[in-house]
This record gives sequence, structure tokens and C-alpha cells, in this order.
Amino acid sequence: MSKPKKMTLSKKHNLTGWVFLMPGALLILFMSFVPMFRALLLSFKTGVGAAMKSCGILNYTRMFQDTVFIQSIKNTFFYLIIQVPIMLIFALILASILNNKNLKFKGLFRTMIFLPCATSLVAYAVIFRSLFANNGIINLLFVKLGILDQPYAFLTNVWSARIVIIIALLWRWTGYNMVFYLSGLQNIEYSIYEAAKIDGASAVQTFFRITVPLLKPTILLTAIMSTNGTLQLFDESVNLTDGGPANASITMSHYIYNMSFKYVPNFGYAAAMSFLILVLVAILAFLQMKVGDKRD
Amino acid sequence: MKRKILAALLASTMVLSLVGCGGGSAEAPAADSGAAATEEAPAAEEAPAADSGAAEEAPAADAAAGGGTLTVWCWDPAFNLNAMYEAEKVYQKDHPDFKLNVVETPWEDIQTKVTTAATSGDLSTLPDIFLMQDNAFQKNVISFPDVCADLTNSGIDFSQFAAGKTAYSVVDGKNYGVPFDNGAVVACYRTDILEQAGLTIDDFTDITFDQYLENGKKVLEATGKPLISMQAGECDLLMMMMQSAGSSLFNADGTANIVGNDTLKIVLETYKSLKDAGVLVEVNSWDEYISSMVSGDVAGTINGCWIMASIQTAEDQKGNWALTNMPSLVGAANATNYSNNGGSSWAVTTNCKDQALATDFLASTFAGSTELYDNILSSGALATWAPAGDSDAYATPNEFFGGDAVSAKIVDFSTKVPSNITGVYYYEARDAVAVALTNYINGSDLDTELKTAEDTVNFNMGG
Repeated sequence: MSKPKKMTLSKKHNLTGWVFLMPGALLILFMSFVPMFRALLLSFKTGVGAAMKSCGILNYTRMFQDTVFIQSIKNTFFYLIIQVPIMLIFALILASILNNKNLKFKGLFRTMIFLPCATSLVAYAVIFRSLFANNGIINLLFVKLGILDQPYAFLTNVWSARIVIIIALLWRWTGYNMVFYLSGLQNIEYSIYEAAKIDGASAVQTFFRITVPLLKPTILLTAIMSTNGTLQLFDESVNLTDGGPANASITMSHYIYNMSFKYVPNFGYAAAMSFLILVLVAILAFLQMKVGDKRD
Repeated sequence: MKRKILAALLASTMVLSLVGCGGGSAEAPAADSGAAATEEAPAAEEAPAADSGAAEEAPAADAAAGGGTLTVWCWDPAFNLNAMYEAEKVYQKDHPDFKLNVVETPWEDIQTKVTTAATSGDLSTLPDIFLMQDNAFQKNVISFPDVCADLTNSGIDFSQFAAGKTAYSVVDGKNYGVPFDNGAVVACYRTDILEQAGLTIDDFTDITFDQYLENGKKVLEATGKPLISMQAGECDLLMMMMQSAGSSLFNADGTANIVGNDTLKIVLETYKSLKDAGVLVEVNSWDEYISSMVSGDVAGTINGCWIMASIQTAEDQKGNWALTNMPSLVGAANATNYSNNGGSSWAVTTNCKDQALATDFLASTFAGSTELYDNILSSGALATWAPAGDSDAYATPNEFFGGDAVSAKIVDFSTKVPSNITGVYYYEARDAVAVALTNYINGSDLDTELKTAEDTVNFNMGG
């Protein structure tokens, strides 16, 4: 019997590291990556309910003839293009204001702006729906103030329904992004601002010449996260407008859900559409990194 | 560069987690069935696992004695759960050893669990009997042919149920469900509001939609109130109008029946004329719909008779409501004043180890006991089983509806409902027509919209 060889110290350390990593890694592998791989296989199959048969890339070609799906892509990109920039700019402005050392009740303001993030997605969507109802408070205000003669059906008109969703998203997510900027701003040395002040820089100049460049990594992060989140938008479309009127506000995830659970289940097609979202997010994230990150 | 790779990795992980959710829908079943099983285990106690064991030992003896336990899934404690408990009591009179294990399960969960069990091929997680929405019946029986047991020759007399109701659960001429609650369409009106326009409930009985529109204009002029509110983007009223003339969005062979469906065209034109005249007002959500009725913003509604439960929450309007049949379509062949909306039926699963017991139980309760229907009448469960309507309980006047014997009236309505074809792709077609309706109201050409709707449905069926 030969004596087992002793491990070197560094090998031992490495092994300990791997042992600690294993449980989490295995869980992610089996709970996340294996299902994803199975979903990929599934996306090459078609059939109703349990009876599935292989169909090659049919599901992928099929989605480009699906008018409702194309409409949902257009809607989602509309939200993305309008909502994400507005939200990030708002968040940045709010963060710079709240980062001011001399501001009183800073904690209170920060909490108030962050608080919407603590509400459940369904709850806030339902509340926005009742705010914009025909007899809701917004219509009531507009009529009382004489802006409108009679209640305007916000959620049953194409453009107003989309705009209501964007307003809801802004309310819900601006504070969330602001917190990232605030933490980013904490890392900027205050003396830089003081130096700028001595050099006679205006508030606007400081913002564009100091804050924005130094926050670039954080802005990139929030941009990618927001893009990712918007492409997966689901709760607002389901609860606020139910995709209506006439699919004018339906999102991709909402349509995928309908395809799986509301309609005759077509899991293969639904899986294929999910992978299209994956590809879209990957492309957008790649573009944003190309444009936004010029450090190396 | 390293940083960039790391960032790319992070981003792709985030994205992949989405695919895990969206694409994983098919995966979810596998994971879910486990959850369903564990979830059910504590509630179901000995059944169905322990029960199936017992049944295997002596199935014949069990059936003969009527002993044993059946597990049932349904969703509304005040309504269908209550009905099952009452049915248990009725059946126990002759079969003292019989027990029911009723598990409260929301319909969405039942649908998910059935989908899960069927796609994973493991039906052992299913109960013996479950309640299914009528509109989803065809879809489930055809998508998952292994789930529901064929009840055609089980000794249940289906001819005693309203034909329009039974049709929901008939696939290829075979009965898969025992009809339960009544979805016969009623038209309810606020008599005090009608009075202000010089109208009575008789002016709304056995009328056509043309007369309805004329009456509606009078009411609107006199009180400023529309006759009816409807949820925008949902086409409940369209479906009721369609069925009232026995028309469907599908042909018997399963092909879409949208382009060239004259009844559908009349229905859409009628809806638009009501909307344009202001007689019909669209609201955004179900809660708005209910509140518009009970707060007196509209003078009435047309819906399945289960809507009465919501109307009767307005205690202060007691005696001010009256109930009659719906208007009929003008110009449509086979137009009637009767239709159906909603409702559900009992299905027996193939997982049930004691089919004889399950069918005998249903045959002697929901398809054979006026006593049961009398007991559950107070909870608003109106029978679709014709003999129940002859019972005295149904003749009791309802003070809320001006002392009218509404229950007997509704049972009478339900026997006159024309049957229609739901089809497997019911929800797809419904949504497509709802889109067409919205666009048509906003000024699009009707024929173009119907063509688009049919294309959408055909596209969905082509997958």
C-alpha cells in the first residue's frame, strides 16, 4: 500500500475554493442551465400539448410570419426606445441633486424616490389601471379642471395606452436606477468637484464634464439592465392593459405566455420565441458595450 | 479586455435567466408536477395514493358497496365546493362508507396542473374528478386525450341536460363531462331607471336588438345613462350574440368560420351601432364593469346568470331590478332570445382507479338528484339538469328581482339555448375577433378586419 501523496498548500487552497463553489454551481447547472438546454431542444419541436414531434427550424421561421408576434416586438421596442433613455436621464438628474452634501432631508427624499421599487409589480399595475380608469382620479382631475369635457378612455386608445405603460414604468424603475447612480457618485472624490468650482465650472459643466464621464461604467450597467428588463416586460402588459386595445400594447413575454397557457399549448413555438428574446438582448448588450465602454 | 469578457458573461447570464423562465415553460411542468404532488399530499391525506391502493385490492367490491374516497378539484368555496359537499351528503344516504376529499384549487392552477401532468406523461398527480371551464373543455380533451375519461356509456343520462350546455363537453360524439352550473344568459334591468324613460320590463322582453337600441336611446335621452357596459377588448357580448343565433367561430370540421360568417358580421355591426349610439359604454376592467352596474351608472346588463350574484351585492337596489331574456339578432338565421356564457362541467380523469364509483356518484347526484339542486340553489348554483327546474324551490319568488321567480325562469331559458361549436382554438379565435371588433369600432373596414382575424386563427392552427 502506497502512502497517499500530500497535497501542496496552494492545491489545498484551490480545492477548498472549488468545494465551496460546487453546491451553488451545481444548483445553477441543474435548475437553470439544464432547463435552458432542454428548452433549446424543445424549440425545434412542434405539436399540440403532449404530442411533440421534431420540426427543425420551423418555429424560428414561423415567428416572422406571425403578425401578432411582430406587433409585440414593435411594441416592446417602442417602450425600450422611449422609456429607457428618459428613465436613465431622470435617474441621473435625481441622483446628482440628492448627492448634494448641503441638501436637507436627503435620507427622506432618497427613500421616497426608491420606495416604488418595493411595491409588487402586479399591485402597482392594478393601481395604475384604476388611476387611468374612465372614472379614475386622473380623468376626474382633468374634467374638474376643465381640460377635458368628458372622461378620456386612456386604456382603450392605442397611443394613450402605450403612454400610460411608459409612465407606469418610469414611476416604478427610476428610483431603482437612481440608487445605482448614487452609489457610483459616492465613489467620485468630492475634491474633484471643489477643484472644478474653483476653476469656475458651472453646475451644467460639472455634470457633463465630471459626473457623466466618471459614472460611465454605472450608466452602462443600468442601460444593459434596463434593456434586459424592458425586453422581458410582462406584468404591466398583462395587468395594466391586458395587451389591448387590439394588441397595441402587448409585449413579447405576454404573447409567449398566451401561447403557452391561454391558447392551445404550443411549447415548442413559445420556447423558440424566448430564444429570439435572448438573441435580441445579447445583440443589444453587445452594442451598448461597444458604444459605452472605451477603456480597453 | 478581461473586464469586457466578464461584463459580457454577466450580461449573458442575466439574459439566460430569462430563457430559463420563458422557454422553460415546458420545463416548468416537470418541476411543477413535483410541487403539485407535495402540495397535494398534506391536503389530500390518504387519497389518491392510498386510495388507489385500496381500490386496486378490491375494485369490484368497492364499486358495489359504493364505498371508497374520491378526490375532487374545484375552485369556489361558496359555490362549487359547497355543491360538492352537498352532493357528498346526498350520496352518503345510500352509501354510508362513501367519502369525498374536496381540494380547493383555482381554475388557473387546475389548468396548469392538468397541462403539467399531461405533458410529463405522469397522470398520477391528478384527482378523480375535477371541474373544468366549459370554454376550455374542447381544448383540453383534444390537446390531452389521455386525461379525461369517456362518460358516454357510463349510465349518465345526458339527454336530461340542456343541449347547448352539454355540447361544450362533447368531443367526436363522446361525452367527457357532466354539466354543472348554468351559464344561461339573462338581461337584467333597473326598473326605476327604465320608468324615467316611460319604459317597463315588458318593453325589453322578447325584443330584437333594433328595439333594444331604440329603447336604449330613450333611456339615454331621459336619464343620460347607457343601457349596458362592457369590458373593452373582451368579447363576451359578441359570443353571447353569436350563440343566440346558434352560430360559432368554427365549422363542425374544425376550420375557422369567420370570413363569410353572416351572423358574425351582423353581431359586429349591432355591437358598433350600440356603441356609436352611446347605448353601450366600454370600460377598462372587470371591477369597473361590476361597479358601473351596482352604482347605477348604467341601466342594466346582459350576461350569464351567475352575474346575479354580483348584482345582488347592491342591497340598496333591492326590488329595483328585473330579469328577462336577451334581445335577438335582426337578420340572422335561427335568431333566438337565448344564449349561454360561462359555466363549467365535471370531468372524470383516467387516473381515477374506480371509474364505476365516480360515474355512479355523478349519475346519482348532479345528474339525478333534485334534492341536491334544491340545496345548492341558495348559493346561486342553478341547474342545467331539466328535472331540477320542476322543483318547488325554483318557484320561490326572489324579492331582489321584484318578487319574480327568477330561478324557474332561468332554467326555462337554459333549455332553449342553441348549441354552438367551441372548437379547440376557442381562445385564439375569440382574441382575434376582439381585435377585429376594436379596429372596426375605430373605423377600419369590417371585411378587411375579418380577413385578418381569420388569417390569425389559421396561423395559430397551422403551428
